[in-house]
Amino acid sequence: MTTGNSAADARGTDEPVIGPAGRPADDEVESAAASRGPLAMEAIAVSKDFRARHGTSIHAVRAVSFSLYRGGVVALVGESGSGKSTIARLLAGQEKLSSGSVRLDGEPVTLHTRRGFRRYKSSVQLVFQDPFSSLNPVHTVRYHIERPVRLHQRTTSAAKVGEEVASLLRQVRLVPPEQFVGKYPHELSGGQRQRVAFARALAARPEVLLADEPVSMLDVSIRLEILNLLDDLRQRFQLAMLYITHDIASARYFADEVLVLYAGQVVERGPAEDVTQHPAHPYTQLLVASAPDPDRFGSTLREGARSAAREQAAAMTTADGCPFSPRCPFAVDHCRTHAPALQRIDTNRAAACWRLDVAAPDVLAGRQGGGNLTA
Amino acid sequence: MSRPATDRQPGSDGSFAGLSDPVLSVRDFSVVYRALGGDVRAVDKVNLDLQRGEVVGLAGESGSGKSTLAYGACRLLRPPALITSGSVRYSGRRIAQPLDLMRLSAAELQRLRWREISIVFQSAMNALNPVMSVRDQLVDAMVAHLDVSREEALEKASSLLDLVSIPRARLRSYPHELSGGMRQRVMIAMALAADPEVVIMDEPTTALDVVVQRDILAQIVELKDQLGLSILFITHDVSLLLELADRIAVMYAGQLLEVGTADEIQHEAAHPYTKGLLGSFPSLRGPRKDLAGIPGSPPDLHNPPGGCPFLPRCGYSTPACAEIDMQLAPVASSADPAHVTACPFVLPATASPGLVQAVPVPSGPASAEPAPAPAQGGPGLEEEL
Repeated sequence: MTTGNSAADARGTDEPVIGPAGRPADDEVESAAASRGPLAMEAIAVSKDFRARHGTSIHAVRAVSFSLYRGGVVALVGESGSGKSTIARLLAGQEKLSSGSVRLDGEPVTLHTRRGFRRYKSSVQLVFQDPFSSLNPVHTVRYHIERPVRLHQRTTSAAKVGEEVASLLRQVRLVPPEQFVGKYPHELSGGQRQRVAFARALAARPEVLLADEPVSMLDVSIRLEILNLLDDLRQRFQLAMLYITHDIASARYFADEVLVLYAGQVVERGPAEDVTQHPAHPYTQLLVASAPDPDRFGSTLREGARSAAREQAAAMTTADGCPFSPRCPFAVDHCRTHAPALQRIDTNRAAACWRLDVAAPDVLAGRQGGGNLTA
Repeated sequence: MSRPATDRQPGSDGSFAGLSDPVLSVRDFSVVYRALGGDVRAVDKVNLDLQRGEVVGLAGESGSGKSTLAYGACRLLRPPALITSGSVRYSGRRIAQPLDLMRLSAAELQRLRWREISIVFQSAMNALNPVMSVRDQLVDAMVAHLDVSREEALEKASSLLDLVSIPRARLRSYPHELSGGMRQRVMIAMALAADPEVVIMDEPTTALDVVVQRDILAQIVELKDQLGLSILFITHDVSLLLELADRIAVMYAGQLLEVGTADEIQHEAAHPYTKGLLGSFPSLRGPRKDLAGIPGSPPDLHNPPGGCPFLPRCGYSTPACAEIDMQLAPVASSADPAHVTACPFVLPATASPGLVQAVPVPSGPASAEPAPAPAQGGPGLEEEL
């Protein structure tokens, strides 16, 4: 087996290239968010299967592993249907894992007891995509924030609860708080509703915040403001954040580490800047190339890669093959029958691809040159 | 004024000989929503042209009035919406003379819709009937509204799927068996079934992933060239329009703030809102900059203060902005008289967009008082001479 013989690749050889480590990289790759703070949460080979008709299973999430550190942001980037929202629900305790485990502060998580679940929810909070349906339309802002304050902070004095609610509203910049506490969700704008959702999550004083597409349904001009607010909250409360999005550009802007998800599996992970500027996995490359880029006017839309046409090739891939191979410009027969595992490219980068030498030679070269990928 | 009925294909030099009028011309168009607390001016005296073979992007956020403008122009709005003024002149090649859509009878309108002017609605992929196959939906619609037999409709349905790169075998599929991208393409195919001249698309790719989005946009461009379509593309995603559109019209609070070519909008944006909008998109290429978006939120349209609706959020504002009339005028620094803006000031040219100073605005519902203007009327504002 060759390892990166570029002449062989130039010949168009069908021989697969096994990466240098040739073994799963999960425990060897350091998260780019690790420097931010202590380890808060670990997802270890988390999997979720849903039973479909006739006894078949849908593998919504397959052996996904990552770590969240206090004060750091890990972005999970994927298309709809990639499993990213399922992962959020699994970590939030809303779904049971099919296999794998979750650890919080180094300890395995107990969700089957009421107390265990309550304690978990005190530490791990989830904010949703839709600011319209995540708030109860018949309750005021005060009600939405009071409840978690009473439940998780165990405050009983009405005055103290009121103070805490006001303080939380200030944290999310809904000021003056008195103007907002009595409002109902329909009286607020989308951005304001999302701020209420953040305040509600913060009321539990969590360590971990799972944000599932928190700005996708907001107007573009206020998205950045809300993301900047999230960033501010992350810093102030040293939150360990999981930022789930389909928009890889915002992941670059906001996250320390990016995990790219395809068909329920992590296909690439690494520092946000490296993954978005020098994508290694062919799918990441496709994502980056597909994002609107105003500096390439019109022309690429006319000659652009018609990846849709490749969806037809799906029939050739077996269940054991790489899920991306039907659409991959670098796929060879081996790819269609053997799914690659995540391979370590660098101290904090990994990708699951047999053809990295062809797909991303400069990334590998950077690694061989001492691992300094960013100039 | 009669127009010769001509074939849809352009002449050998790429032009449509003798037909230089815009295919769709909106003039002085206003729509209000009647409400107990007072009328809401959703669209306020908008003028907009769509030239033949052109893609015009209509950019705006919630409450900008872009969808209301498009649906209103096709008379698809229902009470409490009310069109209070304006005309929409359509000059299709297949019709004998230009028509003002506002003056047509219901029957005449019915003949125009789908055949001449077609719409792909927002979240159109949810518009498919879940209990009918794709084939049945396409065929039924065509048989009901076009003068074709069932066999002809079936053949047409097949060729429509070819047009949008969906395998013919999928005619038998039900909507839930198709991906979001495929359903959207079926809707686009349906919109093209009667061979229209103008297609209005309202956020056709919003719910889709970037990869599918790019495919669909490429498809749209291809179809436009192939079929000689004129497209009005409505979206909040300006970055998309910079790649797709020939010209872009930026809308805010029911009014047009700026109109120009995609190049002009990207590199010589003349309105603070346009600049702010351009700076709201984190970019994948180039250096990673700190971005701010635009502080505050779109205004409450119930009782709009006079003058510029963008005033409370504008980093360049002056007291005079509360009095200006919102006429679009050519941009002083531009060589192109068709690049127009409603902002009378010459904005300092900055290397990158999005450097509108984030003036702190209380993030409540649109407050009555405008943001405090930066010292001395903003960085280097000069009144246009």
